Amino acid sequence: MISLNINGVQREVEADADMPLLWALRDILQLTGTKYGCGIAQCGACTVHLDGQPIRSCSIPLSAAVGGRITTIEGVANGDELHPVQQAWIELDVVQCGYCQSGQIMSAVALLEKNTNPNDADIDMAMNGNICRCGTYPRIRAAIKRAAEIKRGGKSA
Amino acid sequence: MSEAGNGTTDNGRRQFLIGIGVVAGGTAAGLALRPWLVGAADVGRPPADFQPHAFVRIRSDDTVTVIIGKSEMGQGVYGSLPMILAEELDVDPTKVQVEIAGVDPAFNHPFLPAQFTGGSMSVMTTYDALRRVGAQARAALLAAAADQWNAELITLTTDNGVVRDSRGRSLRYGALVDAANRLSLPDPTAITLKDPSTFKYIGQPQRRLDSPIKVTGSATFGIDVMRPGMLTAVIARPPAFGARLRGFDATAAKAVVGVVEVKAVPSGVAVIAQHTYAALRGRDALVIDWDTSGSKQLSSEGLRQEWRALAKRPGLVGKNVGDVATAFRSATRSIEVEYELPYLAHACMEPLNAVAEVTAEGCELWLGTQSQSQDARFVAEALGIALSEVRINTLFLGGGFGRRASAVSDFAVDAALVAQGVGKPVKVMWTREDDMRGGYYRPLSFNRVKAAVGADGMPVAIHHVTVSKPVLANTAMGKMAVTKEGLDPSTIEGSADMPYAIPNLRVEVHNTREAVPILWWRSVGHSITGFVTNSVVDELATLAGRDPYEYRRELLKEKPRHLAVLERAASAANWGMTLSAGHFHGIALQESFGSIVAQVAEVSVFNGKARVHRVTCAVDCGLAVSPSQVVAQMESGILYGLSAALDGEINIEDGRVVEGNFDGYRVLRLVDSPAIDVHIVTSGGPIGGIGEPGTPPIAPAVCNAIFAATGQRIRRLPISKSLSA
Repeated sequence: MISLNINGVQREVEADADMPLLWALRDILQLTGTKYGCGIAQCGACTVHLDGQPIRSCSIPLSAAVGGRITTIEGVANGDELHPVQQAWIELDVVQCGYCQSGQIMSAVALLEKNTNPNDADIDMAMNGNICRCGTYPRIRAAIKRAAEIKRGGKSA
Repeated sequence: MSEAGNGTTDNGRRQFLIGIGVVAGGTAAGLALRPWLVGAADVGRPPADFQPHAFVRIRSDDTVTVIIGKSEMGQGVYGSLPMILAEELDVDPTKVQVEIAGVDPAFNHPFLPAQFTGGSMSVMTTYDALRRVGAQARAALLAAAADQWNAELITLTTDNGVVRDSRGRSLRYGALVDAANRLSLPDPTAITLKDPSTFKYIGQPQRRLDSPIKVTGSATFGIDVMRPGMLTAVIARPPAFGARLRGFDATAAKAVVGVVEVKAVPSGVAVIAQHTYAALRGRDALVIDWDTSGSKQLSSEGLRQEWRALAKRPGLVGKNVGDVATAFRSATRSIEVEYELPYLAHACMEPLNAVAEVTAEGCELWLGTQSQSQDARFVAEALGIALSEVRINTLFLGGGFGRRASAVSDFAVDAALVAQGVGKPVKVMWTREDDMRGGYYRPLSFNRVKAAVGADGMPVAIHHVTVSKPVLANTAMGKMAVTKEGLDPSTIEGSADMPYAIPNLRVEVHNTREAVPILWWRSVGHSITGFVTNSVVDELATLAGRDPYEYRRELLKEKPRHLAVLERAASAANWGMTLSAGHFHGIALQESFGSIVAQVAEVSVFNGKARVHRVTCAVDCGLAVSPSQVVAQMESGILYGLSAALDGEINIEDGRVVEGNFDGYRVLRLVDSPAIDVHIVTSGGPIGGIGEPGTPPIAPAVCNAIFAATGQRIRRLPISKSLSA
């Protein structure tokens, strides 16, 4: 039995220590907001936070996640209050099919944690590991800037 | 919490996503759906709901639910379609509940005997029906109120979910449900629809309704489905097209903890396990003997060489206007060029998957699909059961682009056959590699074009020969669409009917039959023909020493809608004005799926790498029902097409697909994504599609800009392969 701290809750998982975190989240804990896209850390759909850092859960074994604080898309909102990134995503109509957006949002949330006012180059750097096939990139860029504004105290529309 | 229509519980088949506005699941079987225009007679509606039609349900608590039979793959049908119905019903479209329909003839495509989402047709083919259903429901509620108040119908009106009369009385729609159920429904064809000038919602910006569940990870895609006792399987699929299974040893696979069963299925060897990881490890441990002797000769490079020779020979004539041979003799200057496009994978973000449960009662499936009716038919055939014994539950699609309208329902049939005999639901997962190497690509296309200009520099003739595997002919639509000579309209759409005025035009086709499975890929033939024709027209402009935009204006002068779109894109992009140092413009225009789209790409080339800085897009889609979605779909179509143009390429060697994942099959990332401006041109024309028409113009617009920047004409995609360092 492996014990993981996920979204502030200690969860027990019966799995091999080498199982990628992604499959434990999705198949065992039924936290299906985190998506499978490539399995080789190329697309970012599986992005979660480990101790605040964005990681590709498809390529991190459970053994590496033990003892850390894991945050998934299900744990980003503060109760009923959506995270500023989620608010901005809704405000600017970012999503299309929506499949990559959990990962996009996790990368964006991590960016704003360490940079309250990211410029285009910062966004390029932080978001380049996340693929979107619907072409929501221009809105992602705009929504990150809007989320930074909301986070700094701007009202969500 | 689970609940079904008619107030009965339906074993959790419909999951209400509480408080969010979109409902997933739902099967027609449990609903008394009344097909469009079939009688007004009462069929025993329960008192709590007023459901005058399969598309809408009004509940006594005022909830209005619109039931949508189109699949949501990003294109926004869960916003645009309810808006149309809500407009005539007179309710706020952002307040309606959306329910994913089951499979029922009521939701069939009007042109096809099937429930199908594709061809950019969801709005254009349901617009009238949704308006009439909304208007009929509103008329019924008005009649019910008139009855209740003993008032003249003409003195009543509606106001956002409330009926009012001239004396100040009002009744909520929900309060009229019982009364409306007691009346016979008004004839929907006799109802006067709103004057479009009075529309409150249609044509206005509206945010997506599915954002809240998609930004919190709570939207259920096919891959997210969990059923009680469910197992997960992966299939060891043939390593090459045409490879056959000789035998396999599952000893080591079965020894992997969590593996439950290993069995051969028509698509390979399935490893069924407790979860994905065990299934993957089990698959890795399989020892399989594949016979690949039949596929050794197959390679995309080999096909290219064969097709180059084939393109010089006469083919099936798809179009012949005037006399190209005579015209070429009188021409001043001419070109003979070859244009090539690679196989392309759709590469939806959500890899293919499906959940199936096979019991004595039949087969139930949960999947994201564009093609419910056909999936049901193929599954019934594969299992040898009646069509009525197959139930399909549609989930959100993590991208479609045509791949989830499979010509053979591969991912649905796979799941059904793997689940057969297991006694539990089974989710069949496709890894990214399974998905990318599984075939069904945009066809490889080889084009030979001879084109010429006269003394005035204007085109006198184009002779275009295309060699490729025909798309529609390899789908169920082939029977309807392909001529008896074998001419497939999808191969010549956009070339035979290009809007540019070409006095002598001959288009010929060679249909190929290589073992590589092909399929419609966002915009079907248009992303191929749009590249070739728009590049050739640019070459002719160069030959004539003319500005490519002005040249096109002259070629479109008899087509006012096209001309307006072209001019809008050019003026919005400041065509002809000075750009930043090293930046150049290219332009292209394509009409597809009833819409006209022109794009201007601003591009720089540095060290053999093209960088697209900005795309200015103008679109005339007739009435823009949901302008927000028109803009979003133009952005989407542009970036999907740009990704393919820059880097997209599936190569075949020894029958095997070289690219397997996003490391080899490179797709556009945020850093390379240009700014995009979209301008909607209002023409008053008929409603056109928006899901696909944004894609075709971008490749030629970018390549024409590269020519402006470097003098190099890109005649083979992807650009990254052709562009000189």
